[in-house]
Amino acid sequence: MAISHQFEYHRPPTFGEAMKLIADYKGRASVLAGGTDLVNWIKEDFLAPEAVIDIKNIPELKKLEYSGNTLSVGAAVTFSEMIDSARVKELFPLIVEQSQVVACHGVRNRATMVGNICSGVPCCDSGPVLMVYDAVVHVTGPKGERKIPVMEWFVGPKKTSRDPMEIVTKIDIPVPTVKNAGCYVKLGRYRGEDLAQASVALLALEGGETRVAFGSVGPTPIRSREIEEFLKGRELTDSLWPDLDKLVEKTIAPISDLRATKEYRLHMTKIMLKRGLNAVCKRLVGTGPAYGSSLL
Amino acid sequence: MKKININFELNNEGWNLDVEPSDTLLEAVRDKMGVKSPKIACDRGDCGACTVLLDNKAVRSCLILAAEIDGHKITTVEGLCPQEPTPLQKHFARNNAFQCGFCAPGMILAAHELLQNNQKPSREEVQEAISGNLCRCTGYEKIIECMVNPDLKSGEDK
Ligand SMILES: Cc1cc2nc3c(=O)[nH]c(=O)nc-3n(C[C@H](O)[C@H](O)[C@H](O)COP(=O)(O)OP(=O)(O)OC[C@H]3O[C@@H](n4cnc5c(N)ncnc54)[C@H](O)[C@@H]3O)c2cc1C
Ligand code: FES
Ligand code: FES
Repeated sequence: MAISHQFEYHRPPTFGEAMKLIADYKGRASVLAGGTDLVNWIKEDFLAPEAVIDIKNIPELKKLEYSGNTLSVGAAVTFSEMIDSARVKELFPLIVEQSQVVACHGVRNRATMVGNICSGVPCCDSGPVLMVYDAVVHVTGPKGERKIPVMEWFVGPKKTSRDPMEIVTKIDIPVPTVKNAGCYVKLGRYRGEDLAQASVALLALEGGETRVAFGSVGPTPIRSREIEEFLKGRELTDSLWPDLDKLVEKTIAPISDLRATKEYRLHMTKIMLKRGLNAVCKRLVGTGPAYGSSLL
Repeated sequence: MKKININFELNNEGWNLDVEPSDTLLEAVRDKMGVKSPKIACDRGDCGACTVLLDNKAVRSCLILAAEIDGHKITTVEGLCPQEPTPLQKHFARNNAFQCGFCAPGMILAAHELLQNNQKPSREEVQEAISGNLCRCTGYEKIIECMVNPDLKSGEDK
């Protein structure tokens, strides 16, 4: 199918030129990173930008850097590059576990984590994981730079707190200062390439704190402080499950769509939370399933 | 719209082309360059039939704008080994890995990328590498078997 909507194409070599272009089009241009959402959305007439601004030639946006206990993921860094990074593997195995279940290898060779959160779909795999790390999204617009905590990033389905004149430059992900273990459990209709029917991201920190976030079970990814409070300092035993089930029911708001019914999503989220909690507890003490193995 | 002039390599040959901003790489390769191995199937990133190598990495050409490939290198099955099929292709053929063959160009390029970096992949690594390449005929068994035991040196079966 040819793309029927017509638009201009620009590939600025510097960030300054990209900012000028986005200002010239007064917000009616789309930023193009991997294009794995954008090209589809233009084909489907969901988006009709006057221009696309390809940011892949801007050197500073291609950087994947670690300094000062923070991983900075530039806007043009692909999921494949994150998976292949020894640094990310060593310090953020949870991010590798999550990145490996985004789409398939051929899509991950183009798709970026920044594009993933800019699309802002409820099933975006990066959302819950970035939430448990307390990541910060850096954007630049005509009024200057803003740092947006990822908890304030997602506003609704396909809606984020980015202004159309702003470009995301990077996501900063702080490495926890204490020993930690994570887990990303994704439910799809089949293993391989599918969007999440439900997902759970967990990050357990030595000392008794466990961070919990959900994907695909509400209008945005959801982090649950209430469940985190409940878990604080408690030993994980079967006696916690009934209370946890009730808290999950209170926290998430799944809908029925072509991928799953809301009842199935709710039921599976409870199971995934339990399996994930068991896994992070064991990973924290050096046992437990290897990162990347399926818990479902 | 203003046409975009692009310079790139397709199967080791330099090209200079004017494209519309809205042309996809898949359309450009098939219709403007006459290279037909990448197939138009789902046209939305789901099936892998349109796979090409972009700077030696498997990508979906239906989700890439032709304008994006300026300065880059594209390889299709035609360019892997211009004179004759590659040892991997022969291996696939001898073992009847494919039936209708519609998925084969994408599958071969995905396999090529994996085997470039990993000569002895495990079954799991093979499944992961081709998990985005749908085949409606074979059930994947033979394709996976051939990739787990690629036997690329001799080109002969063991
Ligand atoms: C077959 C297939 C399977 C998929 N499976 C999954 C999956 O399992 N999980 C998942 O989460 N997603 C999945 N996706 C969706 C998609 O691949 C991801 O959301 C991807 O991370 C998007 O990144 P991109 O670089 O391709 O973004 P693009 O398509 O380039 O951009 C996406 C959106 O973000 C905007 N944007 C991008 N970068 C910036 C920036 N720096 N500043 C401002 N705006 C920006 C664009 O204008 C556009 O609106 C799948 C897609 C396909 C086609
Ligand atoms: S035609 Fe491109 S992935 Fe199906
Ligand atoms: S052999 Fe027919 S689709 Fe794979």
